[in-house]
Amino acid sequence: MHTSKKTLAGLGLLLVIGLAVSSCASEAAPGATPEKLVLVTHDSFNLSEGTLAKFTDETGIEVQVQASGDAGQLVNSLVLTKDSPLGDVVFGIDNTFASRAVNEGVLEDYASKDLTDAEEQYLLPAGSGREQLTPIDNGDVCVNVDHEWFAEAGIEEPTTLDDLVSPEYKDLFVTPAANSSSPGLAFLLATIAAKGEDGWQDYWTKLVDNGVKIDAGWSDAYYVDFSGPSSDGDRPLVVSYASSPPAEVTEGATEAPTGALLDTCFRQTEYAGVIAGTKNKAAAEKLVDFLFSPTVQNDIPENMFVFPVNAEATLPATWAQFAAIAENPFEVAPDEIDTNREEWLTEWAAIATP
Amino acid sequence: MADRVGGDRHPVISRVGVRPAPSTVIAIVLGAGLPLAFVGVFFAWPVGAMVARGLFADGMLDLSGFAEVLARPRTLRLIGLTISQAALASAVCVILGLPIAHVLYRLRFRGQRMLRALVVLPFVLPTVVVGVAFRTLLREGGLLGSLRLDGTFAAIMLALVFFNVAVVVRTVGTTWEGLDQRQEEAARVLGAGPVRVWFTVTLPRLAPAITSAASIVFLFCSTAFGVVLVLGGTRFGTIETEIYLLTTQFLDLRAASVLSVTQLVVVVAVLLVAARARGTRTAQRRVDSARSGRAPRLGDLPNIAVTLVVAAFLALPIVALLLRSLRTADGWGLGNYLALGTTGSRNALVVPVWTALGNSLVIAVQATAIALVIGLAASLVISRRPRSAGLRRSLAGFDGVLMLPLGVSAVTVGFGFLITLNTPPFDLRSSPVLVPIAQALVALPLVVRTILPVLTGIDGRMRESAAVLGSPPWRVLRDVDLAIVGRPVLAASGFAFAVALGEFGATSFLSRPDRPTLPVVIFRLIGLPGGDNFGMAIAASVVLAGVTVAVIALVERLRVGTMGAF
Repeated sequence: MHTSKKTLAGLGLLLVIGLAVSSCASEAAPGATPEKLVLVTHDSFNLSEGTLAKFTDETGIEVQVQASGDAGQLVNSLVLTKDSPLGDVVFGIDNTFASRAVNEGVLEDYASKDLTDAEEQYLLPAGSGREQLTPIDNGDVCVNVDHEWFAEAGIEEPTTLDDLVSPEYKDLFVTPAANSSSPGLAFLLATIAAKGEDGWQDYWTKLVDNGVKIDAGWSDAYYVDFSGPSSDGDRPLVVSYASSPPAEVTEGATEAPTGALLDTCFRQTEYAGVIAGTKNKAAAEKLVDFLFSPTVQNDIPENMFVFPVNAEATLPATWAQFAAIAENPFEVAPDEIDTNREEWLTEWAAIATP
Repeated sequence: MADRVGGDRHPVISRVGVRPAPSTVIAIVLGAGLPLAFVGVFFAWPVGAMVARGLFADGMLDLSGFAEVLARPRTLRLIGLTISQAALASAVCVILGLPIAHVLYRLRFRGQRMLRALVVLPFVLPTVVVGVAFRTLLREGGLLGSLRLDGTFAAIMLALVFFNVAVVVRTVGTTWEGLDQRQEEAARVLGAGPVRVWFTVTLPRLAPAITSAASIVFLFCSTAFGVVLVLGGTRFGTIETEIYLLTTQFLDLRAASVLSVTQLVVVVAVLLVAARARGTRTAQRRVDSARSGRAPRLGDLPNIAVTLVVAAFLALPIVALLLRSLRTADGWGLGNYLALGTTGSRNALVVPVWTALGNSLVIAVQATAIALVIGLAASLVISRRPRSAGLRRSLAGFDGVLMLPLGVSAVTVGFGFLITLNTPPFDLRSSPVLVPIAQALVALPLVVRTILPVLTGIDGRMRESAAVLGSPPWRVLRDVDLAIVGRPVLAASGFAFAVALGEFGATSFLSRPDRPTLPVVIFRLIGLPGGDNFGMAIAASVVLAGVTVAVIALVERLRVGTMGAF
């Protein structure tokens, strides 16, 4: 019975494909390229045109990019397809999901040979991903502030997490939810790092008492409730990225209308790695090296709105001018995040969204 | 397809025979084979595999998860919320939808078809964008801020009604349009007042359509995902949002499987109700809809008032989007639309929005072709009325299977694709054909529901006389079935096309970054900081809405009563 069902299915499939993809058939024409890699990544992956072509020029290896949802979906996809990997190289595993990927054994041992001491700060701890993951970019999730609103209101801007719970800033703060948004989760982790495993619950109770607004997603918070130039909202404090202010600068302006509060940041680092089970490990390693090379690294800020990690990369002019980097961002060890994610999110939901 | 199978010239005199003619059986088996294979490979297998991952531990079926997960207070609360949300929304949709159906389908006035097309619009708009538009209206300081609805249960209700009132309007409206009015007239002549006529004559005859529509709205509402997430402000959730959370955040497949099965049980139950209601509806005699309308009268005022208020409510978020799309950093203007030819501010996109629209159109055409072939084969088979009760029952079950994709979480389907379609001949995970296939799966129920009622409406005697006069079965199929179904097929294509254009859930899992669709691009733009990118996202949504309305309005010209009716 099993076989007959499959034959039937095959028959139907052939018909359907014949009908549907005649236009795509030419794509699959046998070319001369000997090697081909599939780069599995998240939806936000973006490089300017021709960047990946440079890799093909240098090595003769063609790269096909395959998106797989957001960062969480990406890692879960790799875990679910362990027996029959989706591709050869993955980019976009961040420090909040790194531990899951490493513990599930979905990665080969390889970290770019081009890493130097200058990138030490981005490396994962030994035994927890250092051997498998190469840092590619990083961005800080920070509370953003609408300078113009505070100037007009004549109130001093807050600077720390503690300020957010002071009565002066009642009803002024909006954040995306930790359980449905990755910047939301990053902000929760910042508060956990700042207040400790036993203190953050109390902090969040105070935040709620002080009128924090919790939206489902980042775009909701940023474009509906934030008072910044991009929206009509009335809350001048929002959880976003440290790289958001440069995006708000209009041409020719000398000052950004918004800014990031650098004492409230959680650092997200994104990594690349070779997927376990690849048939082309040598080529896959070359692609990881390429993602870490200045060619890609220089291209990252303008395309993915995050900072390159390679010390040799150069920043675009507006970034050098308007994008700030937190000196002491909050951090939580990837292992700890992986172990406690469910418990933290459940506790958080009980406090923040009763 | 099935048409060449009945090679024997034996006339199908089914009225006399107790058993169905062999050719009918073969045609049914083959005609059902293609759709079943399609739904089996691209829906049942992936979803089944995902659910099995959660329920099998070390090769052993472990059902203890059910007791454990279903006993969690959070799960119970979410199931309760899902059901009450969906039930209430269905009730509101019916209460508001009936007067509108009357106005749009029983009366005749200028601009009526445009209004009918507009009612469908919310159905195909990207939920993220609509969510943001709604919240812009409802938030404090927004146009409707004084109602203090932001983040409340009422806000979710508004959005659910916004998206689904069209289902009631179309389903009930098209039935109503086809009702023979002489019964009402007779009752009135005999002295019954309008209220009494409505409750004793009209309502009973509309009841099957109402039940059918209400159950489909219930289905859509209980699986609504994005809109509940955005408008519920995280305080509200559904089984669907919980499956998403469990799968993507916690990778708790066991709990996710339990909830998927629970959801499936609810969905199947609702589909059974819908199928039962539809079954009685086909018994209605239909009149030519072109002659059933009349000019509005004074007594229609309450209905017209309701229609106007609801139309304004439907238009509000759309107008808000339109206005926002015309606002740029330098004031009012077409800047956001001009930007659609670029890759966005600071290189936000890989391809310009127009290119993405092109991709969307091509992919939607492919999806439509697939949905049409499968849907037509399925409808031809389901429309048969074999003598054998067993065969009839299996056909009804088959009908239900085709509707199931409407009721299963996109996350489950998406991950299911990844873990099943991974070995030849089904190694399709990174293949571009998966996107149109996923969209076709979503459009398929709409195609079947548009074509099937027309086919079942064909008098069986037409086929029999053609057969008796010596036509071989394939000619009967061509000259009777396919000739009559031509227009509905065209209408179904249009509707499937519009739905495929707007599909996002499954597409986001499968899309190739170098060939993004319009909804994927909109989603990306709305996720980036900077007012210009947001403006572009809104402008792109307006374009998507515009193309959709144009397609639906064209289809409306075909005057196929069943389009978009369930």
